[in-house]
Amino acid sequence: MKRKFITFGRIIHTGAVNFLRNVSLGVAAIAVMVVTLTIILFSVIANATFAHTIQQITDKIDISVYLNDSDTAAQSKQLVSSLKQLPNVKSIQYLSKQDALQRYLAQNNGNDTLLSAVTQSPSNPIPATILIKPNDLNKINDIKDYLSKPDIKALQSNDPSYSGDRKKAIDNITGATNTLQRIGAVAVIVFTVICALIIFNTIQMAIFNRRDEITIMRLLGARTSYIRGPFVVESIIYGILSAVLSILIINSAFIASSNALQASSLGLLDISYASQWFGNNFLKLLTMQLTAGILIGTVSSVIATRRYLKFKVR
Amino acid sequence: MILLDRVSKTYNKALGPSLDRISLHVEPKEFVIVVGQSGAGKTTLLRLLTREERPTSGKIIIGGIDYDKLRDKDIPLLRRKIGVVFQDFKLLPNKNVYENVAFALEIVGVPNREIKHTVPKVLDIVNLKGKEKRMPQELSGGERQRVAIARAIVRQPRILIADEPTGNLDPKHAWDVIKVLEKINRYGTTVLLTTHNVEIVNKLKRRVVTLQHGKVASDRANADYKI
Repeated sequence: MKRKFITFGRIIHTGAVNFLRNVSLGVAAIAVMVVTLTIILFSVIANATFAHTIQQITDKIDISVYLNDSDTAAQSKQLVSSLKQLPNVKSIQYLSKQDALQRYLAQNNGNDTLLSAVTQSPSNPIPATILIKPNDLNKINDIKDYLSKPDIKALQSNDPSYSGDRKKAIDNITGATNTLQRIGAVAVIVFTVICALIIFNTIQMAIFNRRDEITIMRLLGARTSYIRGPFVVESIIYGILSAVLSILIINSAFIASSNALQASSLGLLDISYASQWFGNNFLKLLTMQLTAGILIGTVSSVIATRRYLKFKVR
Repeated sequence: MILLDRVSKTYNKALGPSLDRISLHVEPKEFVIVVGQSGAGKTTLLRLLTREERPTSGKIIIGGIDYDKLRDKDIPLLRRKIGVVFQDFKLLPNKNVYENVAFALEIVGVPNREIKHTVPKVLDIVNLKGKEKRMPQELSGGERQRVAIARAIVRQPRILIADEPTGNLDPKHAWDVIKVLEKINRYGTTVLLTTHNVEIVNKLKRRVVTLQHGKVASDRANADYKI
């Protein structure tokens, strides 16, 4: 056990020393790793920001169901409770005729034409309304179908309102986000592969330069893990450095954009939210980057060294 | 200690076997010299013993380890039991004398304190005291070979294999190296030395195994060697 501990310490020490000696060779590997990890980090932040943006818009969307003035309180109550059973219904709010009128007045405050049309009417023209917030905008048809059933439709004075044009805008945003996410995923995969290949190459070059040394180690009875260990440690150091650099790059980008733009959004990407989310999840993101960097370094160096460390006993 | 039973090695069938049904038995603490001209099979024999090569047929047992049952992953364990001195020294160029010898102990997990205690003693045995900090390129051929010997014996192997350790040395340095090997043998290590240096063989008066065209041409105690 003690020997294993000593050997482990020596492997780490040798790996660190080799890293310092081969730092010029490692620059290429680190550069590609930084690019890859930055793209991964950017994708994660963009994804969270898009999700937030969509959620914000979704929260503003509701379906208004207009009831007949002749509907009884029991019928309204029955309809509300049946709507609550639908899986895609997030919340339901029942507005009496009076509440609906107040809401209408508040919403159209400043629009004198609309206000006078309502206030000059002898009776309250606004029907009692049920406001439905859906969980998922893409599955809104479930609610739509339910409301179109003849017995349910009979309770309604008008067709339900689906927040009109906003639905289309939301569909567009969701589509764009999905496309961006797919592009991001492909970019991450491509860069990870390129990164792994360059790291293989770097390590293979290092091994090639030190092949005599490896042969001597082999002849002296060094185990594969003892020879491979320092290479893996070296690659892990690349990974750790790259992870930290990628975090620094993104952080600097946020600082630069908030200083330069003073704007809170850049197209779909809400920069102020992204920056805030980055700050709130800093430790999680750092852990994620470190894990990704260490994983890429370990896997690529293990595979690269495997080829050179096989026993070739003829 | 070393047992070879009808061991053959063929690299290329068209050229015939490099070693042809060699049988050899070396007792513990023995000093055996394997002689033969270039191409006689000396190096092939040693490469079989260090498991750099696998025999085409025959059986090899060293220090109780049956090579037929040896898995690739256990080769490092075998090599730790055998000290090997190479004709071209095979020193690590970026390490000094002390570090080269210490390296053999480091890879098997010997604590630093023990390394600091053992390495100077071994360097003393090979008469390299005071040259610990020298880099390999700052040493003469004989000194380099003695570093290689120190590295081979620092783990106190029961068997020391020396492949033409004097091949690259002038007579004075060659004799220094041989004297070190004799000293190690006196401490109880079995030594298998290959050489084609007639003078050394004749002065040593040890068991001599002569290889010729891959076969054992003679195997005699206290023998002389004639080309």
